[in-house]
Amino acid sequence: MTMSFARNLKCRECGRDYPLDPIHVCEFCFGPLEVFYDYEAMGRAVTRDHIERGPPTMWRYAELLPCNPETAVDIGTGLTPLVRARNLGRLLGLDRLYIKNDCQNPTWSFKDRVVSVATSVAREFEFDTLACASTGNLANSVAAHAARAGMKARVFIPADLEQGKIIGSAIYSPTLVAVDGGYDEVNRLCSEVSDKYPWAFVNINMRPYYAEGSKTLGYEVCEQLGWRAPDHCIVPLASGSLYTKIYKGIKELSWLGLVDWRATRMSGAQAEGCSPIAEAWNRRSFLIKPQKPNTIAKSLAIGNPADGYYALKTMADTNGAAATVTDEEVVEGIQLLAETEGIFAETAGGVVISGLRRLVEDGHVRGDEVVVAFITGAGLKTQEAVLPAIQPPLTIRATLDSFEEALEERDGVLPAARGA
Amino acid sequence: MDKLRVKFTFVESLIKEPIIWKLGREFEVVTNIRRADVQADRGWVILELEGQRDEIDRGLEWVGQQGVRVDPVYEDIVEG
Repeated sequence: MTMSFARNLKCRECGRDYPLDPIHVCEFCFGPLEVFYDYEAMGRAVTRDHIERGPPTMWRYAELLPCNPETAVDIGTGLTPLVRARNLGRLLGLDRLYIKNDCQNPTWSFKDRVVSVATSVAREFEFDTLACASTGNLANSVAAHAARAGMKARVFIPADLEQGKIIGSAIYSPTLVAVDGGYDEVNRLCSEVSDKYPWAFVNINMRPYYAEGSKTLGYEVCEQLGWRAPDHCIVPLASGSLYTKIYKGIKELSWLGLVDWRATRMSGAQAEGCSPIAEAWNRRSFLIKPQKPNTIAKSLAIGNPADGYYALKTMADTNGAAATVTDEEVVEGIQLLAETEGIFAETAGGVVISGLRRLVEDGHVRGDEVVVAFITGAGLKTQEAVLPAIQPPLTIRATLDSFEEALEERDGVLPAARGA
Repeated sequence: MDKLRVKFTFVESLIKEPIIWKLGREFEVVTNIRRADVQADRGWVILELEGQRDEIDRGLEWVGQQGVRVDPVYEDIVEG
C-alpha cells in the first residue's frame, strides 16, 4: 500500500516540531505550521517514470503530498494544459511564454488542488464536516469536494455575493451561510466558529495540509516543460500561499533530482485596490501593512495575507518582483488573454496578464526567459467585470442586406465576397 | 477568563514607550509576549492577552489611541 512521506508539522518561525494533527499554529510563538517530509525516503520512491505512469490528475504526485493516496478525494483535478502562448508572447516581446490554464479544473479554479488535499486529510482525521469562508472559488470547491466525500459542508459567504457565485456553491447542497457584515466581521465570526465547532475548516485547522495542494502547479509545469523548471513564474498574490508553494514544488523536484536547479525567479501581481504584498515590496520592507480591499479582483482581495511575509522572502530570495495594476488594467488583461490565446480568465488572470506586461516594461522579465503565467480561475465566474468592456453583438433582421449594412457600419468596409 | 491573540505594530515615535507594561498595569489584563521584531525605527509584537473580554477590549482601545496598530493574529480567513 502506498503511503504518505509526511513526517510531522514544523513551525516556520521557531522550528518546533508537532505531530501530524489538525492544527495550524505553533502553541509557543503562534507561528504558522508547515508539513515536513522524509525527503530521503521520498527520493527513493519517486521517479519521473513513476509519475508519468500515474493518473492524469494532480494525484500523479501523490507521494509528494501529505495524505494517503489510496483514500484521496479526487474529483478529477489537475494536469491542466500548459499552453505555449505565441501570440501574446510576440505582443509582449517574450520568446518563450507559457500559460498554465488552471481554469480547466472541475470547479474552474486552482482551489480544487488545495481543497482536494484538505478534504482527503480531513477524512483521515475523521471529520464529518468541511467548512470555509469564501467569496467564490473556495466556496465552490469545498461544496463540491464535500459532496464527493459524503461530508457535510458549511460554507460562509458575504451576503452581497453575486448570484453566479452563490449558485456555483449551492448546487452541491452545502449549508450556505450568507453573513451580513463587512469583511472584518466575516473574518472574526469564522475565527470564532472554527474555535467552537469541531469542523475541518480548510484554510484554518487544515491549512498546513491544504496549502500543500498548490505545490502540484509547480510539479505539473516542470513535467509539462519536459522535466525542466521555468526561468520565471508570474503568479497572482492573495494570501501569498499559492506563490510560495509553487516555488516549494519546483524546489522539491530539484531536491529529488527530477529537474535541474535553474534558480527560478518568482514574481507576483496584485490589483492596486488590494496590494499589501506589492506595497511592502515597493517599500523594500518585510512588514505587511493590512489593507481594506477595494477591487474587482475579489478572488485576490486578502487585505491581511497569512503568507505575505513568506511571499516577500521568496521574492527577495529569487530575484523576483511585484507589480500592481488598476481595475481597468485587470479588464484589459482579461481581454488581451482572450483575444490572443482564446483563454477566458477571471479577474485574477487579468491581474496576472497586465502585471506581466508591466514587469516586462519595467525590465524585470527578460525576453529570452522561459516564462510561465499562472491563470487560476475561469472567466465565466466574474462576467460582471468584463460586461461593460465587451463589444455588443450586431443586432440585425434576418436578411443579407441587414447583415451587410451592420457590418459596413461597424467596419467601414465589407469583407471580400466569394469569387471577388 | 478570555484569551486573545493580537499583534501590535509600533511606529518609530512609540518604540521607546512602555505600552505593554502600561496595558498590564492600567487594565486587568495579563500580557504574554510570544514573538517580536523590534528595531530602531519600527517594531511588532505578537502577544496573548488574558482577562475578561470587556477589559481586554477596553485595553486594546487604549492601545490603539496611543497610536499603536492593533491587528488580530489570525490573518484573513475569507478567501476568494
